[in-house]
Amino acid sequence: MNVLDRKIAPEFQQVKNIQFLDVKQTQLSNGIEVNYINGGSQEILKIDFIFNAGNLFQTKSLVASSTNQLMKEGTKNYSSFEISEGIDKYGAFFEVENSYDTSTLTLYTLTKHLNSVLPYVKEVILQPQFSEKEFEIFKENAIERFKINLEKVSFLARKEFMTAIFSEQHPYGGSVNINDYNELSLNDIKQFYNENYNLGNCNIIVSGKVNDKTIDQLNTFFGKEKIAKSTSKIKGDLALQKKPTTIYIEKENALQSAIRIGRVFPNKLHKDYFGLQILNTVLGGYFGSRLMNNIREDKGYTYGIGSGILSLKNAGYFFISTEVGSDVTQKALTEIYKEIEIIRTVEIPKEELELVKNYMLGQLLKSCDGPFNMASLFENVNEYGLDYDFYNNYIKIIKEITPKILLDLGAKYFDKSDLTEIVVGKI
Amino acid sequence: MINFEKFTLKNGLKVIVHKDESTPIVAFNLLYNVGARDENENQTGFAHLFEHLMFGGSVNIPNFDEPLQKVGGTNNAFTSNDITNYYITLPKDNLETAFWLDSDRMLSLAFTNKSLEVQRNVVIEEFKQNYLNQPYGDVWLLLRPLAYQKHPYKWATIGKEISHIENATMDDVKAFFYKHYLPNNAILTIAGNVETAKIKELCEKWFENIPSGKTTERSLPKEPIQTEERRLKVERDVPANAIYKAYKMCDKKHQDYFTTDLLSDILALGKSSRLYKSLVKDQKLFSEISAFISGSFDNGLLTISGKLLDGISFEDAEQSILNELKIIKSESIKSEELTKVKNKIESTSKFSETSVLNKAMNLSFAELLGDANDVNLEVDKYQKISANDIKRVANEVLLESNCSTLIYSKKS
Repeated sequence: MNVLDRKIAPEFQQVKNIQFLDVKQTQLSNGIEVNYINGGSQEILKIDFIFNAGNLFQTKSLVASSTNQLMKEGTKNYSSFEISEGIDKYGAFFEVENSYDTSTLTLYTLTKHLNSVLPYVKEVILQPQFSEKEFEIFKENAIERFKINLEKVSFLARKEFMTAIFSEQHPYGGSVNINDYNELSLNDIKQFYNENYNLGNCNIIVSGKVNDKTIDQLNTFFGKEKIAKSTSKIKGDLALQKKPTTIYIEKENALQSAIRIGRVFPNKLHKDYFGLQILNTVLGGYFGSRLMNNIREDKGYTYGIGSGILSLKNAGYFFISTEVGSDVTQKALTEIYKEIEIIRTVEIPKEELELVKNYMLGQLLKSCDGPFNMASLFENVNEYGLDYDFYNNYIKIIKEITPKILLDLGAKYFDKSDLTEIVVGKI
Repeated sequence: MINFEKFTLKNGLKVIVHKDESTPIVAFNLLYNVGARDENENQTGFAHLFEHLMFGGSVNIPNFDEPLQKVGGTNNAFTSNDITNYYITLPKDNLETAFWLDSDRMLSLAFTNKSLEVQRNVVIEEFKQNYLNQPYGDVWLLLRPLAYQKHPYKWATIGKEISHIENATMDDVKAFFYKHYLPNNAILTIAGNVETAKIKELCEKWFENIPSGKTTERSLPKEPIQTEERRLKVERDVPANAIYKAYKMCDKKHQDYFTTDLLSDILALGKSSRLYKSLVKDQKLFSEISAFISGSFDNGLLTISGKLLDGISFEDAEQSILNELKIIKSESIKSEELTKVKNKIESTSKFSETSVLNKAMNLSFAELLGDANDVNLEVDKYQKISANDIKRVANEVLLESNCSTLIYSKKS
């Protein structure tokens, strides 16, 4: 019998191909487009109503997110309580989410209860009431939450960062201050709703156990409604960008400092995007990244450090984020810049790049697992007018990219003099 | 319904296999029957620190993460008061890598001083990040020792204090490993598009020659029955006053466990719940309110917590909670309200079954508590609960003599 040699790793293979679940298109009677992905073994559904109604379209701070959240708090025929109860009693979940570009309402339900919960969904989307009473409760509680967030060093660093890289007047750069809550009016919210939340400005994505009946049910509730042309317009100047800067906010008694370093970056529509994603993974995009290895696993300065690239419709940004012991803030900064400098001056060793490529392909395979994940993948490119080819192209570039190409990208995008640095806590 | 097969290796390692053909990903979940409750009171936080050390290289493999990432996999772990759970997801074709890596660290660790030194620091930073440098972060460091006087649930998984982590030695680490990290003290669950015969083969190859060890019957100090209400008031630099009321409840194997869970859902799950409607919306006393059970294996806690709105006194806020509890103890709940929380349980269970990792974890936990098949009976157990059961348990649990109250006050 062979003795097992535990020092030798089992054979493995790189992920060869990834199966994407098909996205199908159909139209409701009034012309609303519905994308759907059928799959999975459970009798469950997820329906996203994605509106072009993110912060990008607001004239005043907080308006987009407040509108999004207040829609559920009372409609023409149902009180806030009746809506929650109506959804809850069928075990469904109805969630809202606001981001820079879009605002989304998402329903999760068992297929057998779809017909019972859609009346509430329809009212929330088409006939929200925005009463003074609900607005006051919402505002008061939101201020409380905001005050608590202001005590968190990571929250402060994140908030400061967006303004620092884009500027206060840029649609992505506006920051929230406590006073903004007092200046928010119900009229702002009603106006924002009227301008942005019409079905002509909405993308519906259905995933899970989808069949003809599902589409028929959606048609019954949304197919007869008139759809108006969207009047939403981007507010603010997209061309604005600030010069790199360093901001330090001292927080007395802080045991840890939050660090955020980054810059404006290309988004998904740019040819360098994929290469930069690979570089980002090497630097701080996974557990074995260089930043994790150095600052956590070698020095023990932090519980975690990571970096990421966030793509928005009209720009993107790159950021490194961590919380470190306040006694080692300066040392951690030095090490972070050391790693950035290596990215722009030294070719990534072949073996490390091979590992990162395999890792990224494995993660992509995982992110395609099941209809809900697939719907997210689709949504993430559909809003840019792209399709699954984006991912096929991504796979191809991951497989083919060389250390030389990555070094050129590193030199171009990771210059310290282009980076903005925020520290909240103690230096 | 989660179908599975189960077998036990000669060294006592229990293995569960669940086949799910719909996914290219396999979940590999290895649960060790050891948690913070097994720690020495003067060395708390050790089970969790040890979990970190499990990533510091094993006897034949210097690095755990790298080879896994190289085959497209990812992993993590968590420690609770009851268990330590390690999990990997990876492309199906590369499953053997998970067997190779996790069997080697079950065999023995590298035990390097560097790893211990660094992970001590990492865990101390974790302590600061999640418990000390966050508003309300120390709540459970205060509430646990108030609610538990004898049972080891009186300390949090992160540990009682930072010094316990600072003082951990390599000898402690080794002793802990040899006592608890045994094949006969673990449950391995594989979920994905796999064949049991193949899994058996891999288990025999990688795990079966790891020697079993002597496990000792767990004999934890039993928490005496609480007979008087307990209160603690602290002042902290936070923007809002908060109140926490922790009521003792049954253990996880007790038949009332699910009833207590539903009771907490009726009280505060979502915006249609009683406490939210009454205290946040109608009376405007709290900016947020919640109720939840700890889910622990031994006698647990049903905790009600809320943040008070500006200008509301602790007395009025607490009285408003007590008024709601009085109603649920004296009036039978309507069947629609009961159906509502039961339906939520049913759909939550359906949605969680879309992930092989969730399924693998749930099978492992259920097996440790008695039988993996209990995952398939749970929803039914909830369905059978009656309005009378809810009322009875409310009357048994929601008593002030059974409660520990933490008044968390902002600095005046």
